[in-house]
Amino acid sequence: MEAQTIRGAMFDTDELVINMGPQHPSTHGVLRVVLRLDGEKVVDCDVVIGYLHRGIEKLSENRNWTQIILLTDRMDYVAAATSNVGYCETVEKLMQLEVPRRARYVRTILCELQRIASHCLWVGTHAMDIGAMTVFLYAFRERELILDLFEEFCGARLTYNSMRIGGLPLDIPPGWDKKVLEFCTIMDSKVDEYETLLTHNRIWLERTKGIGVISGEEATGLGLCGPALRGSGVTRDVRKDEPYAAYDEMEFDVPIGSDGDTYDRYLVRMEEFRQSLRIIRQAAQGIPEGPIVGKVPRLIKPAAGETYHAIESPKGELGFFIVSDGKSTNPYRFRVRPPSFCNLQGLRRLVRGHLVADVVALIGSIDIVLGEVDR
Amino acid sequence: MIDGFVIPLLKIVIVLNATLVGVTYMVLLERKVIAWAQSRLGPMRVGPYGILQPIADAVKLMIKEDITPVRADKWVFTAAPIISMVPALIVYAVIPFGPEVNLFGRRVSLYVTDVNVGLLYVVSVASVGVYGIILAGYSSNSKYPLLAGLRASAQLISYEVAVTLTLVSVILVAGTLSMVGIVRAQESGHVWFAFVQPIAFGIFFIGGLAETNRAPFDLPEAEQELTGGFHTEYSGMRFALFFLAEYANMIVVSSVATTLFLGGWLRPFPNVAALGFLDFVPVWMWFLVKSFLFLYVFIWVRATLPRYRYDQLMRLGWKVLIPLAILNLVVTAVIRVLLI
Repeated sequence: MEAQTIRGAMFDTDELVINMGPQHPSTHGVLRVVLRLDGEKVVDCDVVIGYLHRGIEKLSENRNWTQIILLTDRMDYVAAATSNVGYCETVEKLMQLEVPRRARYVRTILCELQRIASHCLWVGTHAMDIGAMTVFLYAFRERELILDLFEEFCGARLTYNSMRIGGLPLDIPPGWDKKVLEFCTIMDSKVDEYETLLTHNRIWLERTKGIGVISGEEATGLGLCGPALRGSGVTRDVRKDEPYAAYDEMEFDVPIGSDGDTYDRYLVRMEEFRQSLRIIRQAAQGIPEGPIVGKVPRLIKPAAGETYHAIESPKGELGFFIVSDGKSTNPYRFRVRPPSFCNLQGLRRLVRGHLVADVVALIGSIDIVLGEVDR
Repeated sequence: MIDGFVIPLLKIVIVLNATLVGVTYMVLLERKVIAWAQSRLGPMRVGPYGILQPIADAVKLMIKEDITPVRADKWVFTAAPIISMVPALIVYAVIPFGPEVNLFGRRVSLYVTDVNVGLLYVVSVASVGVYGIILAGYSSNSKYPLLAGLRASAQLISYEVAVTLTLVSVILVAGTLSMVGIVRAQESGHVWFAFVQPIAFGIFFIGGLAETNRAPFDLPEAEQELTGGFHTEYSGMRFALFFLAEYANMIVVSSVATTLFLGGWLRPFPNVAALGFLDFVPVWMWFLVKSFLFLYVFIWVRATLPRYRYDQLMRLGWKVLIPLAILNLVVTAVIRVLLI
């Protein structure tokens, strides 16, 4: 990106090209954004990705079907369980496996816990980018409780490997559902606490209202998904539209925004905290008895064919496209539609005309994880 | 000999050292208070409850490698931290920590000097500090510090105007520019100027936050946007000087606020005889307690509020604070003329 000279009436001014990232405190990992500035105003930006590319998709074509679960952990590492569920359900769809109801309920709980954990991280870092440092530590305090629940369930705290094709690796530990319900009670008041610090704060409103406005139509056109799309008023939630796991048995609302600015995207996610808690309560109170794994063949080897399956990850629509040749014990083609990558496409459109300080607010607002963008 | 030379020198040494120790402990206080606000413990390892942390920090900063970027303007790069630290320290010359007291059979005043243009001295010296930041941003020859330097110069100059205007209204009420005289005026008027000039007090507080680059106005060093701002390229002791200057400036602002608005060394309600028992507390103690309260609010604000954006900050300064300060000044002047 080249700096250009702006011809003025009295004198010409030069633009300034600055490099934000890949080592910058608020690009959330290794994102690099090259900004062309006129004063502090962003004229244009170039998003450079690929610093965290590990070739997960290609790697998956050389691993057997069960080993891939472990690789999906490394994509969206702040919401690893969601990727696990997404992948396993795709393979189940490909093999037309029946998953027991108990396993589907536990999957729902895990997905929603993961959504809360991911949103905790988001609200913390987003607020930190805008300068409110305390919310970050409050949110991480609650995220810790969720990690404890996950640790009890599968022994890991970050990359869980918590799913198996056809069901769960282990049954839930005794009393775990009670602990989940206890956590819901704690979390209720904590969400209010975050909101007291931010929602009606004058400075927060000034920093987020009217920043990065995008209409529903344009957002759909750019391929935005998840809260970034719903903030613009589009009711699109895979959990409602194409229910998976046990979402068809749950009652919940899909919050949407109206203005499509950073503040609305913030409000949507804050409401999602509450809706997730609502889902977790219903699921944890109604976990049915029964087996945890369906009838899965010893050797997982789907018949030749292809399938696409999407789930609603905390960041948006996480889709898997898998082709099986029916001969080998690994996928013929493995492709992920990562929500972070699609949302990142909107960044260039969002930051134009805003100030440098808004760039970090907008990167936070679309909630990306570079592990998932680069794979 | 003793009165003319030794005592002033002693006072200078004491004030300078007390300030520097105060500044390092201010850093610890900030870390502790913010930690408590964020349900953490803060520094706990060095000494009991981490009270020796400032010493460990100072040692670390002194033995760190001091890097000058190859393409930096070396002389300016070296001078900038000094330019920002020195004014922050020499302001203390006119801050009255107490009146004249009897000490070992001598009359000793608890201030280094009392000049009749004390307040003017404070304002002019404090505004030199901004050159340190601008020059640091310029001489680093790096883009982020340059942006921060530009932000800093605009911010400090605009808030300087609002703050100075509030000081003028205080001068109108007190009728003097001498720092000691202003406290005396509050003593004889039996009221703290915070109650006489509440608007000026509010503007001074907000402007004080902005002038010391504190949250929510800490734009020149906005870590999340400008990766540390003007001191991005600094390391070791030169970085520490910027850091200390910021805290020294915070103490200056709180001391000036205490002197001007909270009655300096006076105990609360100096005219109520029933509270006479409070006199057993030494006068300088009242001064320290009030300044400490101010500093505490500074830290509290930082733990609570998000950061303003550059244009919003300028709008607040020029469209809200300055007109309000001018209005306050005019009203004060009119009332003053009518009353006399």
